Amino acid sequence: MDRIPILKMGDLLLVTIQVDMHDRLAMTLQDDLTDRIVTARARGVLIDISGLEMVDSFIGRMLANIASMSRVLDAETVVVGMRPAVAITLVELGLTLNGVRTALNVDKGMELLNSLGGHQG
Amino acid sequence: MPVEREQQLRLVSSEDIVLVRQAVRQMAADLGFSLVDQTKLVTAASELARNAVIYGGGGTARIENVNARQRNGIRVTFEDNGPGIADIQQAMKDGYTTGGGLGLGLGGAKRLTDEFEIESHPGKGTRVGITRWR
Repeated sequence: MDRIPILKMGDLLLVTIQVDMHDRLAMTLQDDLTDRIVTARARGVLIDISGLEMVDSFIGRMLANIASMSRVLDAETVVVGMRPAVAITLVELGLTLNGVRTALNVDKGMELLNSLGGHQG
Repeated sequence: MPVEREQQLRLVSSEDIVLVRQAVRQMAADLGFSLVDQTKLVTAASELARNAVIYGGGGTARIENVNARQRNGIRVTFEDNGPGIADIQQAMKDGYTTGGGLGLGLGGAKRLTDEFEIESHPGKGTRVGITRWR
């Protein structure tokens, strides 16, 4: 698999990361999402990382980049589903994911996106 | 330290970093490491594997099951023949990077493991070893 699928639902984009991403795949996702935000006129991006067994500084930086780029393009990003062991490790690694909105699961993430932009989902 | 089981992997591309993560995860799971401990060790290994690929121009990772004082652990040693690190103290500081990274690799890997050793010779290469005990 050399691309992570991006689904469009209303004015939201949904991404579920289910594979252990190598660095180029992470970069491709970052580029693809930035393009899709513009072409789909998306107002929100929801990234589900519940399938990820670890987030290192590279993947953490990718998530932070996506959040910043989407904000510049007038869309909000919410990262959902981080596993507890991943969260503990991230903090110890020294990554705080400043500027990245998070929610516990997809439902909470959708609620958050809707409250931010007043979407219908 | 007696070595029970070992595995050596080549580190050339970003896919190799994933293979190292998977091999470390497998051994940690086999040895009964907790999920948090597995995740910490795998994350530290991922940072160091990437350093070897990006800054070291490629290298190797050796993953060993080690025993000491009746404790079971995993040691992962990364070696490259890259330019080496001139100032290790500076390189260990969070936020220091000569590449495009966040500069959390070395310091972060040290915080996530029980033992951390680094040896570098400018012009010859770098060896970093991490150990996490069960």
